[in-house]
Formats: sequence, C-alpha cells, structure tokens
Amino acid sequence: MEIILEDIEKSYMVDGEPLPVLGGVSAAVGEGEFVSLIGPSGCGKSTLFNIICGLTGPDRGRVVLGGKTGARAGEVVSYMPQKDLLLPWRTVLDNVILAREVAGENRETARREARELMPLFGLAGFENSYPAELSGGMRQRAALMRAVLARRRVLLLDEPFGALDAITRTRMQQWLLEVWDKFRQAVFFVTHDIDEALILSDRVYVLTPRPARVCLHLEVGLPRPRRAETLTDPRFLALKRQIMRALLG
Amino acid sequence: MFRRNRNIAAPLLFLLSFIATWQAWVWWSGVPAWLLPAPGQVLAALWEMLPVLFRHTQSTVLAAVTGLLAAVLLALALAVLMDFSPWVRRGMYPLLVFSQTVPIIAIAPLLIIWFGYGILPKVVVVALVCFFPVAVSMVEGMEAADPGMVDLLRVMGFTRWQLIKLVRLPAALPSFFSGLKIAGTYAVMGAVIGEWLGATSGLGVYMTRATHAYQTDRVFAAIIIISLVSLLLFGLINLLARLSIPWYFKERSND
Repeated sequence: MEIILEDIEKSYMVDGEPLPVLGGVSAAVGEGEFVSLIGPSGCGKSTLFNIICGLTGPDRGRVVLGGKTGARAGEVVSYMPQKDLLLPWRTVLDNVILAREVAGENRETARREARELMPLFGLAGFENSYPAELSGGMRQRAALMRAVLARRRVLLLDEPFGALDAITRTRMQQWLLEVWDKFRQAVFFVTHDIDEALILSDRVYVLTPRPARVCLHLEVGLPRPRRAETLTDPRFLALKRQIMRALLG
Repeated sequence: MFRRNRNIAAPLLFLLSFIATWQAWVWWSGVPAWLLPAPGQVLAALWEMLPVLFRHTQSTVLAAVTGLLAAVLLALALAVLMDFSPWVRRGMYPLLVFSQTVPIIAIAPLLIIWFGYGILPKVVVVALVCFFPVAVSMVEGMEAADPGMVDLLRVMGFTRWQLIKLVRLPAALPSFFSGLKIAGTYAVMGAVIGEWLGATSGLGVYMTRATHAYQTDRVFAAIIIISLVSLLLFGLINLLARLSIPWYFKERSND
C-alpha cells in the first residue's frame, strides 16, 4: 500500500471552540491505483490532504506512506493543489522541473526531459512563456506536469479541474487518464463531482459532512478505457445512484 | 506612440506656461535678480557653470548611489532575518517605523562630527533616508508571497533558505521596486542635505556658496541639476525593474 490512513481525527479551534473536521477517516491507496475521495464541500477533504502531505498533523490516527511510518511525505507523494500555484517569475519549463531541483539534479537534464513531454501535456510551444500568458486549462496542465515530473509514487490531486468549464473539464479527465496510463503512478483524487470520480477511478470513498467519516467505499469495476459512453452505462448509473444516496442521506 | 505623445503633451504645456508666467512676472515687476532670477537667467547660469556643476554632481551622485546601495543591502539582510525569525520581526518592526520618525536633518550635524567632512557622513544620511521605504516594501513584499506556494515547495522538500530564494524574494520584487523608486528620489536629496552641513564638494556645497553670495540664479541652476539627476535615477530604477521582473509586467498587461 502506498498510502494508509487509519482513523484520522482532526479539529480546528474556531472562536475558542473546537470544530471537529475529520471524525476518524480510514482509507488506503494501493500501488498504481486510481482512488477518489468524494464529499460535500467543506467536509475536510483538503485538511486530509494537508495531513497526508505532512503540512499539519492529525490529532489522532496514523498515516503510513510508502509502506513505512515516518517517511517524509515529499519523498512519496507529489501534490497538486486546487490553485495551480505556478511560480509567476518562472517560465513554464522552469516551473515543471521544480521538484527535480530539490534533489540537486542538473537543471539541463531535467529541462531536456520536460521538453520532450511538453506535447503530451499540450504545452508544446509554451516552454518559455510565463504562467500569466497561459489559459486556465493550460496552467492546470502545467501544474499537473510539475507533479508528474516529480516522479513520486503517488499523485495527490485536490480538485484539479474544479475551476474549469464543463467541456474543458471533460477533456482534461480523458487526458488525465492517458497521463496516468503512461506513468502508472498511484493517484489519490479529491473531487465533489460524482461523474468525475466514477469515470476516473478504480475505487471511490464517499465522505459524510463534517466531521467527515467514510460512509461508502466502492469498487468501480467498469472496464477501461472509459469513454464518454461510459457515462450512460447502466452499471455506471447504478453506482452513481448508490453514491448519491450516500451523499444525500 | 500616439498615446505616449498625448501623455507628454499635457504636462509639457503646463510646464511651459509656468515658465512663461515666471518670466513675465520678473519682467513686469522688476524684482531684483538676487531675489528671483528669470528663467532665462537661470539657464544662462546653468550653461556658464556647467563644468563646475558637473564636478560637484559627481560627488553628489557618488554619495547618493552608494548610500542607496547600502540601504538596499541592509534592508535585504533585515528582511531575510525577519523572515527567518518571528521574534526578530516582532522586535524590529516597531523600531523600523520609529527610525522613520527621527528627523534626519537633526542627526546630520552629529554625523559630520562623528565621521568628518568626507563622503562617509553623506552616505550615512542617504542610507538613513532610503532605508525605511526599501525595508518596508521588502518585508511586506516577502510576506505577500502566496502561502500555498510556500507549502507546495516545502512538501517538495526545499529548505527554508531555498524557499526564501525561490519564492519569497522573487515575490517581494514588485513591491521592492516600488519602494526603491521612492528611495531613489530621496537619495539625491539626502546627499544634498548631507553636503549642506559640511563638505568639500557636491551640489549641496555649491548651493550653500551660491546662496551666501546671493547668486540666486546659480541656486536655481543647481536645483535643476538635482531634479534631473533624481529623474535619471528614477528612470534607471524603472528600467532595472522592467529587466528583472518581466513576468510582473506581463501579468499586469494581461489584466
């Protein structure tokens, strides 16, 4: 298992009162798996991601990354937040190789590799542009490319397509599956879009409203590659109904 | 280009009518030249004294630029230190504001006593005047860095020092340059104030001598030079900003 979450609890202090956000979340992501986490907005999905990344600690519970406790999160996961957070002062090329510089890797080697991958990420010809010159979809792709190029075992994607329009979003989902197929990293994907979770994932966890717990765990089991027709497959619709029931109570 | 011309036209028109009114007033009222010289006289004095003024300008510019650089280096060191330690930040920020309330003109004579009549006291005056705008813009610019970016790079495994280099300093640059522009316009003025109080060369010395001799046209000539040099410094800083933060100007032109 790449990620194991055991009974994670977390509260925040709001106006001197503890506000429980996570009420004992357990989940796991296996090698090369695509796993989604669905929940109503504000249910603590991002908090869970921050805990996995080690940006904040859980009040109770255990996080096991890459099969051992105490591994530094950054060595196992690479994280793509909701906002693209590209450095405005770096060109696209120098943004996507950022994680390679930590290890002290030669910049030119990393750049060469990145240049070859630009077409796959739909960024060919924009290597030397600044993020401000890109469209929203392109910025999101550059952010994903940065996460993929970090070459970690798990990609954590926090509602990466949330801010995009429906058509761009559908295209990005298809394209994300291609990228996943090519690099075979495990993906842990947060979303509040049921269709998105089902079309992408091997397994889906559904969270309750705050304090969040897992109220449903599904094997999707639809054949791959999945296409637009999958959205109207009776099996897909049955799974969707099940998730809606869990979410709406 | 057309818009640029129109932008220049209005201020130019006002400037010319101001000079014309001044010239007319001097003719019409017959005010003596030692009290208020006509613009023509000022220009004549400027032309006549150009070699002397050039020599004095060199010392003033040297003091101004050295002082400005010293202020920038100090501000940079302080901003990084404040970023590393919240404790230093809490302790230093009020002092920083307090330092701005101290009248430099009152300290300048002391600086002459401490450091003599050479260039050093002028450099110190300039650095004192310029330090505040540069330091505040730097510190606040570093704070304005997106915390999400800092978190993202921290997860990647960058060290605190690398975060400053990769995120905080570049994020601070637009704000830093705004502060530097203000400081740049203060710098020449600071050097002149330093020279007023005692120096062997510099535009401040030249002005003091001219004032004492009631050569008011020369005082005005020196004022013109001071303004021109300040404008030049401002322009240079602007150019430096354009060259070092091209991404920022692209971002702004997209909005």
